[in-house]
Amino acid sequence: MSEHCIIIGASHAAAQLVSSLRQEGWEGKISLIGDEPNLPYHRPPLSKAFFVGEKTEDELLIRAADFYDKNNVDLLLGSRVTKIDRDAKKITLEDGAEIAYTKLALTTGARVRKIPFTGCELAGVFYMRDLNDVKQTHKFTGPGKSAVIIGGGYIGLETAASLRKIGMNVIVIEAMERVLQRVTAPEVSAFYTRVHTEEGVDIRTQAGVDAIVGEKHVTGVRLADGTTVPADLVIIGVGVIPNIELAKEAGLTIDNGIAVNEFATTNDPDIVAAGDCTNHYNPIYDRKLRLESVQNATDQAKIAAKSICGKPEAYNALPWFWSDQYDLKLQIAGLSQGFDQVIIRGNSEQGRSFAAFYFSKGRFIAVDAINRPKEFMMSKRALTSGQTADPLKLADESIEIKDVFN
Amino acid sequence: MPLIIYKSHDGNTQEVHAEVGTSIMQAAVDNGIDGILGECGGCCSCATCHCYVDPAWVAKAGEPDSTEKDMLDCVLDPQDTSRLSCQIVITDEMDGIIIAMPKSQY
Ligand SMILES: Cc1cc2nc3c(=O)[nH]c(=O)nc-3n(C[C@H](O)[C@H](O)[C@H](O)COP(=O)(O)OP(=O)(O)OC[C@H]3O[C@@H](n4cnc5c(N)ncnc54)[C@H](O)[C@@H]3O)c2cc1C
Ligand code: FES
Repeated sequence: MSEHCIIIGASHAAAQLVSSLRQEGWEGKISLIGDEPNLPYHRPPLSKAFFVGEKTEDELLIRAADFYDKNNVDLLLGSRVTKIDRDAKKITLEDGAEIAYTKLALTTGARVRKIPFTGCELAGVFYMRDLNDVKQTHKFTGPGKSAVIIGGGYIGLETAASLRKIGMNVIVIEAMERVLQRVTAPEVSAFYTRVHTEEGVDIRTQAGVDAIVGEKHVTGVRLADGTTVPADLVIIGVGVIPNIELAKEAGLTIDNGIAVNEFATTNDPDIVAAGDCTNHYNPIYDRKLRLESVQNATDQAKIAAKSICGKPEAYNALPWFWSDQYDLKLQIAGLSQGFDQVIIRGNSEQGRSFAAFYFSKGRFIAVDAINRPKEFMMSKRALTSGQTADPLKLADESIEIKDVFN
Repeated sequence: MPLIIYKSHDGNTQEVHAEVGTSIMQAAVDNGIDGILGECGGCCSCATCHCYVDPAWVAKAGEPDSTEKDMLDCVLDPQDTSRLSCQIVITDEMDGIIIAMPKSQY
């Protein structure tokens, strides 16, 4: 049988996989199957530039529409894979059709975690993941209207900033003690709380949601303390769950994500996986990770393509991430989880530019750089090469950041 | 449509006709050009789209803003004509522009 690579899930990892497969010399057929009706598009702008209308749907495309034609890719969009038969090496689509493969790539990503709040079925209640959902929210936005965001993570805060830009009244409800609690130091959380407050957002921490209220359309959110806040729009952003079911039913190893080795290969040598759906070992941090980032989707997809083409190369990229809110450009390099020391360069209590450097047992592990591109770039290089830094020098702004790392 | 000539680190060239208004990064990504990744989608956050503009074309490519300048100040293997290709929007005047990619991006 002639070579045929099927890619399941059509998003960031898939778009890179197609490109890398051809770059690595894959001459066989490629089929790209995705259940969303769209060509692979950039998700990050959904809560940022696209939400406020600064980017059009066309501008969201990761690669131009004719890219797939030029690369001889069979596109099956709006189509869901329901089964993988590893013995027969074929997959089944929702409509029962079966397609045979020689190589299979799982780029099924993640879906939003849903919480069955009373009233979650009301019109005007949304999750932020897919383009179609975000397009629907536009019917409920407008200057002077009210929005409640449940969840003070990056996506919730970005959406809050976007809603303020549109001129809406915004309340953010966060269950924990501070926003971004899982991912940043208290100083960084305090900074974001301050800026959002300055921008007119009402942030309520340690607050619970009792119910979403309204008749047909949402009119408010009742909090655990009994008060009800008004809402024309409710956006829930409380994390994601990896899409592993298909892989699990096919007997692939699952371990908080689809388990892959350093070559992005599952326990079936003909099946690779990349992106939000995977769990892999990271040599820089010496632990297993399930990441939710474009960087990981892209870089791991390149590794997966190499494995499919018989040119295996180990994955050892440094995780990095970004978030845009108001005039704040946050760039994160490395993973701060497990830090025991934070060094602030600049002033986090005033103004809108500083960097937080994270250390664990004396070792430099990550940076959150806010309007500090140089600090981000130098840290990314240092973390990639395993270089550490002197905390005292990092805190001293009279020393150029380039000199701190040299 | 203006012609963009991409030069890989080992001297190979690939020619692409690109739409006016898209970026040099997007045109590269749309055409599967190796060496320009564009992870952040062009929001000037990643520098995985670093390129060298051929000296003869530098003026036509315009000036980097302050964020881009800061990023370029810290990229691997910077040169005088370094740019982030996502920040160069293609115009008719760029017909024939030559863009080289750094070795570190392969
Ligand atoms: C609003 C928002 C803002 C974000 N901002 C940032 C940011 O600033 N920076 C950053 O790095 N990351 C950001 N992210 C995260 C980033 O978008 C994800 O990490 C990235 O999309 C992961 O890509 P992926 O290809 O692994 O999976 P996904 O993008 O999750 O795509 C997987 C696709 O597979 C489809 N699929 C699943 N199962 C099947 C099946 N059985 N059959 C067919 N299709 C299937 C899914 O429907 C989906 O279309 C953001 C995410 C969101 C939602
Ligand atoms: S694409 Fe990320 S900085 Fe250019």
